[in-house]
Amino acid sequence: MKTISLDGAMVPLAEGQTVMECALAANIPIPHLCYLPGFAPHGSCRLCTVKIDGRFASACTQPAMEGQHVEIDTEELRQVRLSLLRMLFVEGNHYCPACEKSGSCRLQKAAYDEGMLDLHYRPWYPNRQMDASHPDVLIDRDRCIFCELCVKASRDVDGKNIFGISGRGIDTRLVVNSKSGLLADTDISAQDRAVEVCPVGAILVKGRGFEVPIGKRLYD
Amino acid sequence: MTLAWDKKMACAAEHADLLIERMGNNPLQILIATQKAFNHVSDDAICRVASALGLPLSRILGDVEFYSFLSREPLGTYSVLMSDSITDWMLGSRELFLRLCGNLGVSPRVMRHDGLATVGKTSCTGMCDQGPALLVNGTAVANLSDDRIDAISRLMEKRIPLAAWPDEYFHVESNIRRRDWLFQDWRGPILEGEALLQEMTDAGLRGRGGAGYPTAKKWASCRDAPGGERHVVCNADEGEPGTFKDRVLLQHCAGRLFEGMALCARIIKAKKGFLYVRGEYRYLEAHLEALLAARRDADFEIELHWGAGAYICGEESALLESIEGKRGIPRVRPPFPVTFGVHGMPTVVDNVETFCAAAAIAAGGGREFRSLGTAESCGTKLLSVSGDCARPGIYEYSFGVSVDRILEDCGAGNVLAVQVGGAAGNCLDASEFGRKICFEDLPTSGSVMVFDRSRDMREAALNFSRFFAHESCGFCTPCRVGTEILAQAMEGISAGRGSGEDIAEIGNLGSILRASHCGLGQSANRAVLDMLRKFPEHFERGVN
Repeated sequence: MKTISLDGAMVPLAEGQTVMECALAANIPIPHLCYLPGFAPHGSCRLCTVKIDGRFASACTQPAMEGQHVEIDTEELRQVRLSLLRMLFVEGNHYCPACEKSGSCRLQKAAYDEGMLDLHYRPWYPNRQMDASHPDVLIDRDRCIFCELCVKASRDVDGKNIFGISGRGIDTRLVVNSKSGLLADTDISAQDRAVEVCPVGAILVKGRGFEVPIGKRLYD
Repeated sequence: MTLAWDKKMACAAEHADLLIERMGNNPLQILIATQKAFNHVSDDAICRVASALGLPLSRILGDVEFYSFLSREPLGTYSVLMSDSITDWMLGSRELFLRLCGNLGVSPRVMRHDGLATVGKTSCTGMCDQGPALLVNGTAVANLSDDRIDAISRLMEKRIPLAAWPDEYFHVESNIRRRDWLFQDWRGPILEGEALLQEMTDAGLRGRGGAGYPTAKKWASCRDAPGGERHVVCNADEGEPGTFKDRVLLQHCAGRLFEGMALCARIIKAKKGFLYVRGEYRYLEAHLEALLAARRDADFEIELHWGAGAYICGEESALLESIEGKRGIPRVRPPFPVTFGVHGMPTVVDNVETFCAAAAIAAGGGREFRSLGTAESCGTKLLSVSGDCARPGIYEYSFGVSVDRILEDCGAGNVLAVQVGGAAGNCLDASEFGRKICFEDLPTSGSVMVFDRSRDMREAALNFSRFFAHESCGFCTPCRVGTEILAQAMEGISAGRGSGEDIAEIGNLGSILRASHCGLGQSANRAVLDMLRKFPEHFERGVN
């Protein structure tokens, strides 16, 4: 049987698996945001950064290979993850107490898990265009982390192809495939996988107000 | 008024349809033509292109908002982009920029009220040996001075078309200062196929783009990869600040370049090749088109693709995305282009200089190539030398040449620092001028920028960090956010309001940037860190 070393533990690997898949199968946690089983790995958030034989790589995109030594839970990598989370927080507006997604937000959970206690960097306070045009679904772009899960889910699962990514650098933005650029002019529905799959509070279902009590939310 | 407007719009729409008909199905190339024809890509044009090609709107909008030379907002009749490389700064480009804005009465990036002009800045245009330079409606004008800026301003005010501007404004020098092996006229019997691969292996040819992968091995891997149609791609998107050797090769050795691509095509059995040239070199279009039209090779066609202002497209997998007409986001690798390249087919991507060298080896240059250079780095390398020196230009040396020797030949005196490898490269101080250009010591695509003792290295650090923040594709967190944090820290230090924390932060960003998706982010603070370490006194001036 082929094996791979994850923080010293010898873990079996199957043909075609990524490092992330090996780790998940062996119940060894690697923090991640843009990766979601069932969707093609993306490798954009870099939270799953590990060191493979001394080199940085994103576990979700890296093919697992016999004999690799993978470092996951080291001080150096914890610092990298912490910095990446802080970067995601400062480039957007993530006010957890006022966010409907709080308690069920993967960014928030990752920050708690990694022990993030401050922003460290100066916050940018972006003011990106909000889209409240649709009766049931809302986009708050200031919370988007560009994981593209909604893009893939809408295209590949819902078959609607409603979302895309445009711009460059810090002007990267989530866009909507309609002539007006507004959600109202699409056939999105609150039940779409694209809505459900958003790891943060960027795509929200309207008409709800903190309906799950604190203590019973997904990550409480 | 309305009638005239409707007529203009109808004409624009018709024109867009015509472009689509003429230019096939590549959205990026269609958008570049649309930009050229209408000074912008309107929302209407975006819709038309999307529906004509059966692509989602976001794909087309994504292109327009990704490539700097495309604009959703109308630009002036004259769209001017001043080259913003550090070497341009050193030659006074920032002052000339203000002068031009003042002459025309415009604010940067804002179209003049009467639609005459829009003036902005762009990353290095590859005219570092004859700067400062600018692009006007996509065409390069070099050797700028106060007088030339004033004259250009007058021509614009009189709305004189570019075709009627003095020819000398558009003259681009080649400045080849030192010729060696590559510029020799190799005319032996042409080696093909396996014999050529063997000769390239024996000669020790490695990729000239900087990474140095053995070329014969790459071609053989592609030939042996499973898959149908294969492609040859020439990467002529040299965007590394301070590099301009591909421009000179395209001007003087395009024939040999096409030979090299064709030799590769016959080995890997490709019928189609792409020459991807950065948009900054658009002035070479007629020259390249004429040479391509004169080719007599029914078995291998070469298509010219233009970039549109995106440094990241020099990264080979981003370049492949761009050839497919998408935003230039580097792909997840593996798979590598030799198995999964253009449209997922096996593809060889090589640099201009590499194909030229392969063709020269095929024509009998192999033995001499092997005799030149060092153990790991055979042959010669073209260097683009710019900055504080008497004779900037192209220098061809055997690999292993020392920095000292280059400085002596280019007439550089009182040298403080040399930046080798562009913004992503290494900054050397005087104690390191004995180091050698080769894969074992200083691997480089060939950019050599010289700074004399009058220079403040904070300026270079500021320029490079701004460059990376502007050119980051935005895909991954560390590069998208980290390059901006780096640039903000450098802006503080340059303005004299930096803090010790800013300096510490620049150091900390190193390990985070190394977690980036591609080489752009991974090397984004390498030069700045070098400068901080070697010239701390320059940075301390800006720290309270």
